[in-house]
Amino acid sequence: MEFTTQHFIALLPLLVTSATILVVMLAIAWKRNHSLTFVLSVLGLNLALLSLIPALGVAPLQVTPLLLIDNFACYYMALVLAATLACVTLTHAYLGEATLRGGETARKGYPGNREEMYLLLLLSAAGGLVLVSAQHLAGLFIGLELLSVPVFGLVAYAFFNKRSLEAGIKYMVLSAAGSAFLLFGMALLYAESGSLSFAAIGASLAAGGSGLLVQIGIGMMLVGLAFKLSLVPFHLWTPDVYEGAPAPVAAFLATASKVAVFAVLLRLYQMSPATAGGWLNDLLTVIAIASILFGNLLALLQSNLKRLLGYSSIAHFGYLLVALVASKGLAVEAIGVYLATYVLTSLGAFGVITLMSTPYSGRDCDALYEYRGLFWRRPYLTAVLTVMMLSLAGIPLTAGFIGKFYVIAAGVQAQLWWLLGSLVLGSAIAVFYYLRVMVTLFLVEPNLRRHDAPFNWGQRTGGIMLMFVALLAFFLGVYPQPLLELVQQAGLVVLVN
Amino acid sequence: MILPWLILIPFIGGLLCWLGERFGNTLPRWIALLTMSLLFGLGLWLWATGDFSLAPAPGADPLWAAEFQVQWIERLGISVHLALDGLSVLMIALTGLLGVLSVLCSWHEIQNRVGFFHLNLMWILGGVVGVFLAIDLFLFFFFWEMMLVPMYFLIALWGHSGSAGKTRITAATKFFIYTQASGLIMLVAILALVFVHYNSTGVLTFNYADLLQTELAPGTEYLLMLGFFIAFAVKFPVVPFHSWLPDAHAQAPTAGSVDLAGILLKTAAYGMIRFALPLFPNASAEFAPIAMGLGVFAIVYGALLSFAQTDIKRLVAYSSVSHMGFVLIAIYSGSQIAMQGAVVQMLAHGLSAAALFILCGQLYERLHTRDMREMGGIWARMPWLPALSLFFAAAALGLPGTGNFVGEFLILIGTFPGAPWVTVLAASGLVFGSVYSLIMIHRAYFGPAKADGALLGLKPRELGMVMGLAALLMLLGIYPQPVLDTSAASMHGVQQWMNSALTQLASAR
Repeated sequence: MEFTTQHFIALLPLLVTSATILVVMLAIAWKRNHSLTFVLSVLGLNLALLSLIPALGVAPLQVTPLLLIDNFACYYMALVLAATLACVTLTHAYLGEATLRGGETARKGYPGNREEMYLLLLLSAAGGLVLVSAQHLAGLFIGLELLSVPVFGLVAYAFFNKRSLEAGIKYMVLSAAGSAFLLFGMALLYAESGSLSFAAIGASLAAGGSGLLVQIGIGMMLVGLAFKLSLVPFHLWTPDVYEGAPAPVAAFLATASKVAVFAVLLRLYQMSPATAGGWLNDLLTVIAIASILFGNLLALLQSNLKRLLGYSSIAHFGYLLVALVASKGLAVEAIGVYLATYVLTSLGAFGVITLMSTPYSGRDCDALYEYRGLFWRRPYLTAVLTVMMLSLAGIPLTAGFIGKFYVIAAGVQAQLWWLLGSLVLGSAIAVFYYLRVMVTLFLVEPNLRRHDAPFNWGQRTGGIMLMFVALLAFFLGVYPQPLLELVQQAGLVVLVN
Repeated sequence: MILPWLILIPFIGGLLCWLGERFGNTLPRWIALLTMSLLFGLGLWLWATGDFSLAPAPGADPLWAAEFQVQWIERLGISVHLALDGLSVLMIALTGLLGVLSVLCSWHEIQNRVGFFHLNLMWILGGVVGVFLAIDLFLFFFFWEMMLVPMYFLIALWGHSGSAGKTRITAATKFFIYTQASGLIMLVAILALVFVHYNSTGVLTFNYADLLQTELAPGTEYLLMLGFFIAFAVKFPVVPFHSWLPDAHAQAPTAGSVDLAGILLKTAAYGMIRFALPLFPNASAEFAPIAMGLGVFAIVYGALLSFAQTDIKRLVAYSSVSHMGFVLIAIYSGSQIAMQGAVVQMLAHGLSAAALFILCGQLYERLHTRDMREMGGIWARMPWLPALSLFFAAAALGLPGTGNFVGEFLILIGTFPGAPWVTVLAASGLVFGSVYSLIMIHRAYFGPAKADGALLGLKPRELGMVMGLAALLMLLGIYPQPVLDTSAASMHGVQQWMNSALTQLASAR
């Protein structure tokens, strides 16, 4: 096919991100400077976000057989880019100051090289951009690997910390196994249908019926994707990796990475009607119920905030599967709304952990007891975390409520009573641990404390970003109409050639 | 335009209280008092000026004494739709009054984090007013869930640590989980109703007036009605779902108990009258015998457990279960007299339970215990308080001359023609009521004194609050006509819905 200007415009977000990666890499090679690298990354990501506007002008457009830039892709690109931007901002706060300050001789913050973390984040974001616009199994695989491989490095970035290294290796091994399943599944699908593009696979399956090979193939692909989304029973890595990874990386894992994978799963599910047999629906239903119940029940036992959020993310993706299974009516919109609110909320929650652990000092501040009585020391930071916990629990006046409302609406519309029942039960369980975190913040302070956010946290970029996230979560909870309109525009477009 | 202000005033006042904290502990109290007085005043003004012969009734578009509507979430047909009729104005006046009292009764009880305390208190009341005004089902659910969070904080942060193994945080969490889970069931039912309406008309809306027109298949109607009923039954509380109530009451600070018993329980009864019955009249008629059975059981069970308590606040809490049983019977009786009685009973119970909890709080401030085994002989040790307790205990047992008598009498007399046996059994609750009320007085105030020293007398503020409540309760008992007139049209509408369904059911059998 021939590339025209239009194609380049459609690809602009991806191109800008890639260019940013190159610039950052060269800048690091030329001169190591933490702030410069940060500024370059932020500039690049903002440009990429802006370049979505011209890209929207030419959408929907197929760019090579691999990628389809439509409104759907643009919406999720925006989500991934915004989440990455937030994570980059948090990273800057987390890694700390490199310069000497007012008589202090000790270097504050992260002891190793700081700059590569931005590079890895940007690389991973580029993978996410490919993934959300993939309409071809090859595109899916390229995107997925580009998304995951830098994350190995990110998770183990604090490699001199035993937990971080352990988490990195664990994630790498399991992720590789997941990818292998995914590849095998793709191969089987290709063997049966003779094509790798989503739409063509769907068409040939619809015409030829689904044989055993197809079923196994789809099953294996589901295993691979379920691993990335940490759905039960492929969730075992989640809490360890969330705990071991540096806080901003955990934020990235929970938001940008999962959003991109779920977006591609949604596109695959909607474009390849492999669901005709019905067994896939049943399987997804079982996975959803198991994820909701196990995620929430296991979260009850946690006394580590990062692990707790890890388990809660398992449950949240179980809720999302409810909308995926519903697949008709409001479902696609519900997923769009839910993912947006979930990203916002997770960023806020991990953002507070990041700022509490800022600047880097060995271990992250993730034990629940370290948050005891935070309200009386840092009222606004606590207000942020409280809003986030309420939003995760889906209480009105927060964005999370709108997301949960949409998912329940999609479920009711498709009459999925079993899934709704487990959703209600799961939410009731979830309230317990979210409230536990929340009330801890307001209890009497202990005398001993190891970690604390810097006093001027609110004046730094990370803090400002966090306040913005909290306000947005509140605003969308009160007046969600703008988000809903945006998501309504971001419908799927099916182009069959 | 006044309706949104009724909701906004408490929310804004709450924020001001929080901000005012930095100027000392007194300022938030005064701001809160002013806010609540404003709310109460507006409520009274609306009551005085409104035309409450307008109320929703079957067969026509609902009429309201005042209405307010702006688009909110157009995508889903959700609007900020508020409306006022006789029932809601009474409830709002009650909310304002108890709001003033809960600020006053925590004047000395709450000494730390005063601003944040009043923020929570104001937001609870704002949420409650929202529940009483909302007639968009989404908005109703929104407020219904929203008032949980500040209530949770109120119990968890300022509550009393209770007996062994029952901390205030457990009590608060239990309260939250019960109401949140049942609320979600109601949300599923609301959405199902909306989609049934959408499938038959093609219009996605959460508006009360539109949803009233929905044609429902009998099985669906019953299930949806159950979804609503469960949510309301938990808050009511109807007996199998009541176990959060005594814990929450025992652990909550006085202001929390006053709000819980005085108005939060009323939101459930209001929800049944406003939503469950008119939206699902046929299913409600079919369900009525079960609901009335549950009501009778609640009356007797609540009274018996109340008798067995040693904690004075738990005793009053269980007596609430018993009293709300009467309201449940009345709502499902389908008789206009009984329903009017339910309104009076709701108001009277709001006043008397609030007064009893305030007295318990005053007692606790002086004795530092709520255990009645530690009390005894208080009558001789301090003036006023024991006598006033006796008055409110007598009110709780339904002594003529108090509002409770009017309420219970109307309920019993209205229910009798339709369901004589239910009435007979429910009337036994009056007897049990006198037993637990008097045993409370006996154990706490008479008998040998545990200590000799005189207790601190009531301050003018404390005395004023309780005397005011006593006067209002007497007024309601002697001249309930204004209340009955205000709620007549609303209750008549609901009764028509219920009655036509009941007659249909009777002819079908």
